[in-house]
Amino acid sequence: MKLRQISDAIEAIVLYGNELLDDIDVDYAYGADLMSDVLAFANPGSLLLTGLTNVQIVRTSQMLDIPAVIFVRGKRPREETVKLAESLKMPVLLSSKSMFETCGLLYKAGVLPCNIPSREAKVED
Amino acid sequence: MNIIQDEFQVQGGDFANVGTASTALKSSLEMIGIPSAIRRRVSIIAYEAEMNLVIHAGGGVIRYYVYPDRINIVAEDEGPGIPDIDLAMEEGYSTASDEIRELGFGAGMGLSNIKRNADTMEIRSEVGEGTVIDSVIFISG
Repeated sequence: MKLRQISDAIEAIVLYGNELLDDIDVDYAYGADLMSDVLAFANPGSLLLTGLTNVQIVRTSQMLDIPAVIFVRGKRPREETVKLAESLKMPVLLSSKSMFETCGLLYKAGVLPCNIPSREAKVED
Repeated sequence: MNIIQDEFQVQGGDFANVGTASTALKSSLEMIGIPSAIRRRVSIIAYEAEMNLVIHAGGGVIRYYVYPDRINIVAEDEGPGIPDIDLAMEEGYSTASDEIRELGFGAGMGLSNIKRNADTMEIRSEVGEGTVIDSVIFISG
């Protein structure tokens, strides 16, 4: 699904990267405020939804090749967060809705959840 | 054998810049043509290790060695050490401060994340002397 459709589905404000939304395809999303959980469980290349606003959100996304970040419940990312995202050409979207509602709208629109692997299993590429 | 190696110094308590070493490492691996899935695993390991150095160890060094068949990442510090490694490896166990938790870290997933992404991982730690986390990722196979 194009990031543009995702943005429309949640009536997002595009803080950065409006011109990139038609070029980025996203199939999966992961919502969390724990970046260690994101590193553990988000599929590479999936969309990240979070209510945290610090620069580590973008760094964490960078490690996982996450193409764009949605900040939920009306939280505005800090200036340095947006600047780093801009330098990586990583669109930054804002949702005024709660994490639950934002995720729910995306799920309804057909965005898929990340699979939480068994703790006994190794990471598969 | 052609080995590429480099190291990054990590400052303790430097929360603003944590992740910059791992980002640089990830870019270096891209430049030498390491596949993206391997790069991601290496960068997650380096990032978690970097976070540990900043949070717990008062800083340290991350070294990496790229061999034809594997990448070795070694995070070394002279911090307080880990009294009970098995406990530290448990998901959810953490001694991180509230400040760290507000950044979205300190959830007690770091060491298990490293282990999950590594093909082999070894922790050597002495209380009062420091910790070495030695991880290997195989490039092929």
